Amino acid sequence: MTHHSIDVRDVRFAYPDGTPALDDVSFRVGHGEAVAIVGANGAGKSTLLAHITGLLRPEHGSVSIGDTPVTRDTLPDIRRTVGMVFQDPDDQLFMPTVGEDVAFGPVNLRLPEQVIEERVTDALARVGAESLRDRAPYRLSGGEKRAASIATVLALCPNVLVLDEPSSNLDPQARRRLIVLLRGFEHTKLIATHDLDLALEVCDRAIVMVDGSIAVDGPIRDVFTDDALLERAGLERPLTMQNCASCSALRDT
Amino acid sequence: MNTVEQAVYQLGRVDSLALQDTSIHRIDARAKVITTLVFVICVVSFPKYAVIPLLPFALFPAVMAGAGLLPFPWLGQRVLAVAPFAVVVGMFNPLIDREIVTLFGGPGIAAGWLSFASIIVRFLLTTAAALTLIGTTGMNGVCAALERLRVPDVFVTQLLLLYRYLFVLTDEALRAVRARDLRSFGRRGTELRVFGQLLGHLLLRTNARAQRVYAAMLMRGFDGHVRTRRTLTLNRRDVTFMVGWCAVFVVARAVNLPELLGGLIEGALS
Repeated sequence: MTHHSIDVRDVRFAYPDGTPALDDVSFRVGHGEAVAIVGANGAGKSTLLAHITGLLRPEHGSVSIGDTPVTRDTLPDIRRTVGMVFQDPDDQLFMPTVGEDVAFGPVNLRLPEQVIEERVTDALARVGAESLRDRAPYRLSGGEKRAASIATVLALCPNVLVLDEPSSNLDPQARRRLIVLLRGFEHTKLIATHDLDLALEVCDRAIVMVDGSIAVDGPIRDVFTDDALLERAGLERPLTMQNCASCSALRDT
Repeated sequence: MNTVEQAVYQLGRVDSLALQDTSIHRIDARAKVITTLVFVICVVSFPKYAVIPLLPFALFPAVMAGAGLLPFPWLGQRVLAVAPFAVVVGMFNPLIDREIVTLFGGPGIAAGWLSFASIIVRFLLTTAAALTLIGTTGMNGVCAALERLRVPDVFVTQLLLLYRYLFVLTDEALRAVRARDLRSFGRRGTELRVFGQLLGHLLLRTNARAQRVYAAMLMRGFDGHVRTRRTLTLNRRDVTFMVGWCAVFVVARAVNLPELLGGLIEGALS
């Protein structure tokens, strides 16, 4: 039995006001895979992530993490297995200090004090945020907040990492550190992003969403060179694949 | 910096002050909570015309703020910011209670003025004590203490979330006010009508934000109960602090210390 895979079958969902958000979405993410979910604004990426974490329940179809279906009864298990990093770190950090925020999840799991301490120290060390431990979250920079919010999830030791726009509002160096960090994780990863260059560096596979449906699911390099598909999905090639004449000239000199 | 930005900054300052390491900060949160509670009970239990007997109680917030390195201007500003509430509560006393009393054998004044002064002094003392408690313990520390003192979970969780929600609200307010100010020229754009709409949006935005915060909490195992992690240890120093101060409060409540002191000085002089 593995807790590291994600299985989404024929999922359909509409918001209470009738706005359709997901339409027969099906895919499977295997153990240790890194998959990017890309698409224009409103394509259904965040709604899909909310289904995988059990924050929303499908009207039709099913979502399973490993062998466990995501239902009301299994939510505690699912949330122990799936760690989600939200788009806005300010939504995720709410305790008075970063250290207490990172400990929030392990404390809720009622782990022994010594284990909680180890997990907090380890999670902060993995994102290079040991020095932020006693700082108030709302006084941190964007990059520090992002690192702290990832640490809050790592402290739960999840098998699956789900990230919603992880590189938004980051400066180039903070974004680079994030990419290195994400590449270092062995978790199964699902990353919803508009940052196609980040997706290209971290993921092997891309799922393109258009109007709540999956338009294409395939190897990331094939997907990101299909200009007609990218156009239809409201996207464009990652900058590193745009074969810009000036950049090429710079590279050649 | 506009007033909303200042409010946001000052709000966060309490947490920074609470993270200091002084002899007062190191005292167990439970000892400080119980001591403050006894202080408040003693202060509010005085008869309605008591003013002078209340004065010795100022020692407690003064010592806490001094030893806890809380800046007096910060404390004064916070106390004064909420002072209008006390003024409104007592402002009609001099008009309603017109019985004439004499002070120190001098001219007579309406008893209502005495009860009004008593309300103001009590308010200043209790607010200052509450602020020094938060400033030397932090909201999280206070909640951890309340949790250990077996205050029902629902109150402790509400208090913690209310405190967190303050930051959410001020953050959203700050953005909305900045956006308005950048597109307002002179007084245009800052009228009451716009302010009303801004408040409506603020409510909706903070509600949406609170839902996202709640979703993030759920994802990390929140089950309606915020578990604080502070390990509280009550040692001899904490007990001495608590018992010592409580004894001072009880004595100051039972004996009119200023009158006693005045009598002693008078006796020594005559």
